[in-house]
Amino acid sequence: MPTITVRVKRFDGKTTWWQEYKVDVKGLKISVLDVLLRIKEEQDPTLAVRYSCRMAICGSCGMVINGKPRLACETLLEELETDVVTVEPMWNYRVIKDLVADTEPMLMRLREVKPYILRDTKEIFESDIEYGQKPEELNKYLNFAYCIECGLCYSACPVAASDKLFLGPMILAAAYRWSADSRDRGWPERMKIVNSDVGVWSCIVAYSCSAVCPRNVDPGFAIQQLKKAILLRRKKL
Amino acid sequence: MVEVLKYDIVIIGSGLAGLRAALQAAWTSGGRASIAILSKVQAMRSHSVSAEGGMSAVLYPKETNDSLELHAYDTIKGSDFLADQDAVELMVEMAPKEVRFFERIGVPWSRLPDGRMAQRPFGGMTIPRTTFAADKTGFFIMSTLYQNVLRFDNVHIYHEHFTTKFIVENGEFKGVTAIDLKTGEFKLFLAKAGIIATGGAGRLYRFTTTAHSTTGEVLAYAMRAGAAIKDMEFVQWHPTAMVPTGILITEGARGEGGYLINKEGERFMKRYAPSRMELAPRDIVSRAILTEIAQGRGWVHEESGMGYVGLDLRHLGEQVLNEKLPMIRELAYRYAGIDPLSEIIPVRPAVHYTMGGVHTDIMGRVLMADGTWIKGLWAAGEAASVSVHGANRLGSNSLTECAVWGRLTGEQAAKYVLENPAPITEGSVLEVAKREESRVFDKLLHKEVNAVSVYQVKRELQDIMEEHFGPFREGSKMSEGISKLTKLLDKVKSMRVEDTGRIYNQNLKDALEVEGMVELALVVGMGAYARTESRGAHYRLDYPKRDDENWLKHTLAYLYGGEIQLTYTPVRITKWKPEERKY
Ligand SMILES: Cc1cc2nc3c(=O)[nH]c(=O)nc-3n(C[C@H](O)[C@H](O)[C@H](O)COP(=O)(O)OP(=O)(O)OC[C@H]3O[C@@H](n4cnc5c(N)ncnc54)[C@H](O)[C@@H]3O)c2cc1C
Repeated sequence: MPTITVRVKRFDGKTTWWQEYKVDVKGLKISVLDVLLRIKEEQDPTLAVRYSCRMAICGSCGMVINGKPRLACETLLEELETDVVTVEPMWNYRVIKDLVADTEPMLMRLREVKPYILRDTKEIFESDIEYGQKPEELNKYLNFAYCIECGLCYSACPVAASDKLFLGPMILAAAYRWSADSRDRGWPERMKIVNSDVGVWSCIVAYSCSAVCPRNVDPGFAIQQLKKAILLRRKKL
Repeated sequence: MVEVLKYDIVIIGSGLAGLRAALQAAWTSGGRASIAILSKVQAMRSHSVSAEGGMSAVLYPKETNDSLELHAYDTIKGSDFLADQDAVELMVEMAPKEVRFFERIGVPWSRLPDGRMAQRPFGGMTIPRTTFAADKTGFFIMSTLYQNVLRFDNVHIYHEHFTTKFIVENGEFKGVTAIDLKTGEFKLFLAKAGIIATGGAGRLYRFTTTAHSTTGEVLAYAMRAGAAIKDMEFVQWHPTAMVPTGILITEGARGEGGYLINKEGERFMKRYAPSRMELAPRDIVSRAILTEIAQGRGWVHEESGMGYVGLDLRHLGEQVLNEKLPMIRELAYRYAGIDPLSEIIPVRPAVHYTMGGVHTDIMGRVLMADGTWIKGLWAAGEAASVSVHGANRLGSNSLTECAVWGRLTGEQAAKYVLENPAPITEGSVLEVAKREESRVFDKLLHKEVNAVSVYQVKRELQDIMEEHFGPFREGSKMSEGISKLTKLLDKVKSMRVEDTGRIYNQNLKDALEVEGMVELALVVGMGAYARTESRGAHYRLDYPKRDDENWLKHTLAYLYGGEIQLTYTPVRITKWKPEERKY
């Protein structure tokens, strides 16, 4: 039975410290989240971790694992190729407690890019019609709709690290997702928002967002697509 | 210090049902009602994101030869005739409208070449009518709904607020109390109307497909406030959860043509449901799999010791797997190290859905055991028992139910508060909230060294449920289970919360959850023990037949003098007379 050493960067609202735990595991096909939950349930109930679905779809358990921003539930011990696991909260956020980062301020800014279909609202809410969408139209934005709002991209973004006004990769990818939807009529409105210093022009094309995205959403590419549409003065994305 | 917040409507739970309700309430009130959504997780992370397979609705009756009548009949037969037929008729009628509404707000539904929405076959549905967005339907609907809620300035989202109590005075809903996990502050949400949308209780059991947050404590809290809880003995096991994690392989995998095979390579469903095979309803397929395993025709997973059978998708080919079941391929690869294109997926039944829930009428109004409405309070989604699923839910009917009753309850709540413009007053409610605050935070004062941990109690609870209230039940075994649960309830009182801080005290939140869970487990146990028949998901070895003469009725549990009592209420039948359920 292998013994794993888990080093956790802890914070209780005042003090930060590193704490080490030892966990015996039956095999290495176990996720970092499961290891953390075992620590919580068997050794130290004061450890705080945000988690829920344990199948990489709810976006709760983003953290930095052995130096890389990842989801704890889909990082298996075997991939880490070491028996020392080091976990710390996501970068670029205020820490609430232990591994729980305050992503809320970032998430709430999503509202700024109007992340929904912009066209006759009364028709949307009161009619019973079907807009329709061809598979090729769907494919234009589908990949960007996979975003689970885990916030890892923001954690990895070098611009977000220093510029708190920057909307960041997740939100700009959402602006692209909605504008590229054949049902949407909102590009002129959204363009004004992203065509700004807090929008696409602050991106330095580091692509670290795309590198860490657990759903392969590729926010970096979405931002470049937005820039292109702005420069080509496209009326519709 | 209790912080007091006033809202017209407070919605507890932000899964599909809660968000749908919020959206409708915001629209119907034309921006005039103030609405709060409380969620113990960050709102968009609710369990509904895990739903994979799809949402049922008769969309193109001419092209598919389908009808509302047929959708209703399938649902009622699937429910083993325990569903209320008027509610089922309402659901199937509104289902296509809801799917089209989701289409207009931006859900990326999978499409046919001509731009219409694609539909796939599902268990117990005689016509392919399950509308899907790849195999992440729940996720896509949730993310679209959540982002659409951001349209409305009059909806305030309270992420990570754990509700501890419902306040009802003189038969009228007054509000809820909640802990703000982030700060540890205790808040009273005073409101004219409330909607319970807190989902199911899968985590009463250990081997489950549901999220860690699907714990069901709110059902017990609602019972404490006077609501009745209906049909909790009906627990759905989904036939195909991956071994050993319990992560779901959607029924869509069988819908797309996947087979179930035993160790001998045999498609064993031919012996259990020859006409529907792998697409028989879930209770039937689950029992078939467990029978195969019990009779030695399954495999055994080495590490966990779990028995399993095989789900074979190899013949579907790479294109179907990548386009229609991409997440399944990914999950199987990641969590079982298997590529379904060339290998068989190890599966066994796991707890998946809670047919029971808060007792409501057809409009989602929360009822007491005597049938009176708790004025101002509604329930929707998996937390409610309307009841459209009866003794066994058909796959893909749940998202439909969440949407339909989310909409209906949101609409009614909005109208209700606009008709009652009087300002909200605190009255004696603040005192109640202060007492609740002490009750909650006094838990941090238990310092007995030998006191049992929250997680120990949870483990014991799950052991009891797995052992005594599984898919095959028996009177003597269940009565033993009930006495174990009663003892566990005593232990709950002396549970020790080790984290004494205020900020993000998950340990305290877990303690409050476990407390509600054990109470709720007793409701499951008592209902199951009392029901001396087999119907749908409730299968008794000592009473293997359905007994319409004595048991064509819903179980209602309620509190009287602090004790759980049972009573019954008739099933509403419109046009489908109960018949033998054969597939
Ligand atoms: C893996 C899986 C796949 C599924 N696939 C399908 C499918 O394809 N089709 C289908 O029809 N059905 C499916 N189901 C069932 C369906 O997903 C659920 O029934 C449905 O999503 C429930 O939604 P809900 O809105 O009622 O509650 P949930 O989505 O469970 O949300 C519950 C909400 O309540 C909140 N809450 C709970 N307790 C508290 C508290 N104490 N205080 C504050 N907030 C609280 C939570 O934070 C959350 O926001 C599936 C289920 C599982 C497990």
